[in-house]
Amino acid sequence: MDAFIDAFTAAFHLIASGDEDLAAIIVLSLKVTVTAVFIAALVGMPIGGLIALSDFRGRRFLIVLFNALMGLPPVVVGLIVYLLLSRSGPFGVLNLLFTPTAMIIAQVILVLPIVVALTRQILEALWGEYRETLESFSASPLQCLAVLLWDGRFLLVTGVLAGFGRAIAEVGAVMIVGGNIDQMTRVMTTAIALEASKGDLALALGLGLILLSISLILNLLAQSLRAVGERWSPV
Amino acid sequence: MSLSVPDILPLTLRGAGLSRGGKRVLKDLDCTIGPAPSKTFLIGPNGAGKSLFLKLCHGLVPAENGSVDWGGHSPESAKPYQAMVFQRPVMLRRSAAANIDFALSLRGVPHRDRPDRRNALLRRTGLGRLANVSARALSFGEQQRLALARALATEPRVLFLDEPTASLDPAAAYLVESIINEVAVAGTKIIMSSHDLVQTRRMADEVIFLHRGRIKEFRAAGPFFEEPENDLARDFLEGKLLWWRRSDCPDGGGS
Repeated sequence: MDAFIDAFTAAFHLIASGDEDLAAIIVLSLKVTVTAVFIAALVGMPIGGLIALSDFRGRRFLIVLFNALMGLPPVVVGLIVYLLLSRSGPFGVLNLLFTPTAMIIAQVILVLPIVVALTRQILEALWGEYRETLESFSASPLQCLAVLLWDGRFLLVTGVLAGFGRAIAEVGAVMIVGGNIDQMTRVMTTAIALEASKGDLALALGLGLILLSISLILNLLAQSLRAVGERWSPV
Repeated sequence: MSLSVPDILPLTLRGAGLSRGGKRVLKDLDCTIGPAPSKTFLIGPNGAGKSLFLKLCHGLVPAENGSVDWGGHSPESAKPYQAMVFQRPVMLRRSAAANIDFALSLRGVPHRDRPDRRNALLRRTGLGRLANVSARALSFGEQQRLALARALATEPRVLFLDEPTASLDPAAAYLVESIINEVAVAGTKIIMSSHDLVQTRRMADEVIFLHRGRIKEFRAAGPFFEEPENDLARDFLEGKLLWWRRSDCPDGGGS
């Protein structure tokens, strides 16, 4: 129990003192995940919207596929991206393995299905309600999509935050494709794994606390956004 | 709008029909609805197919048999010159003002002209004070009026209304009726369904009586109310129940 308390005290000191190594790790974590989530949202929302609004062969299958991919194990994604980017892989020439870019690619793959599946679900429900009205106004498909994205914005942000939560907390993928190289590709989760196995519990716990508070802040944000959204769409 | 509006009237149905869930709900519709007189009312018991009739004409559902023709134009190309107020209006998740702005923007009204037009519509429908309120927080009667304002924002040649006063209190219904009358006088063709015979008598210029998906009678309102030719229409006007009489589909019942 003492060791636990000691580790906690040390962790607080580390955070309070603004340790540079710690700061660098946090900044890289946020940079990788924010970029990945941004790209995933940019690509995933239109895809989700298209699946919601259109009717084509294989649509059902695509929905099931994206739902299944939401639970994709990060290690497996890491492994696949690793194989693609490794020297002998198809994208080996790009020399991306063990760089932050590789980590972003892996996290985009992890977050994309979440954004696509949630966007589809949210917009499909909204479309069911809006369809006749929008068609009566002769809105073009693009105008329909714009209306749905705008009116669903508060719910959609919740979906994006869910994706962010998954990406910032995962170890497997970034560990494999990033390699956990000090000053280069070390992020919060990989650092925790390393420090914990080395026995440096203070740093591990400090990072853990920060990770926890990030997820707490995210949830608070999601909650208040939902509250704002409900003001505009009381059920 | 300076855009030249093509002449989409008369609306002509030729043998038009629809089925829902394997049941034919609109059958052999043959009629011509012209620009005059200005208010054509659609009446008939529940399940007669009034709502679907309006949606079929408006081009929201394609005819399965026969044809729908708008003065030589297809339903799809005539739709932008029409508007519809649904029985249960769907409000966008925005303010009342933004709901109207949306309709104005779809019709290409420039940004700087929108506030004036929007505010005029809100005042006209008695919603001036509620411009910045979330449309979804409005009462049902207010939503119905906002739906009417939003439809009028498109300056339609033809305005469809599906029982627009069905759940309104008398004061709100009166306001909606008087707006509809004004719009009709200003030259917009009104095609409206109603199950309120008193209202129909008060407002209609001509009446289509629909029963089990068929047009049973289509006449000027005066003679229709005076002496309906169709016996079902006569019973309907006298307030008799129709559903057990002279079944023309053996399984009976409306949808």
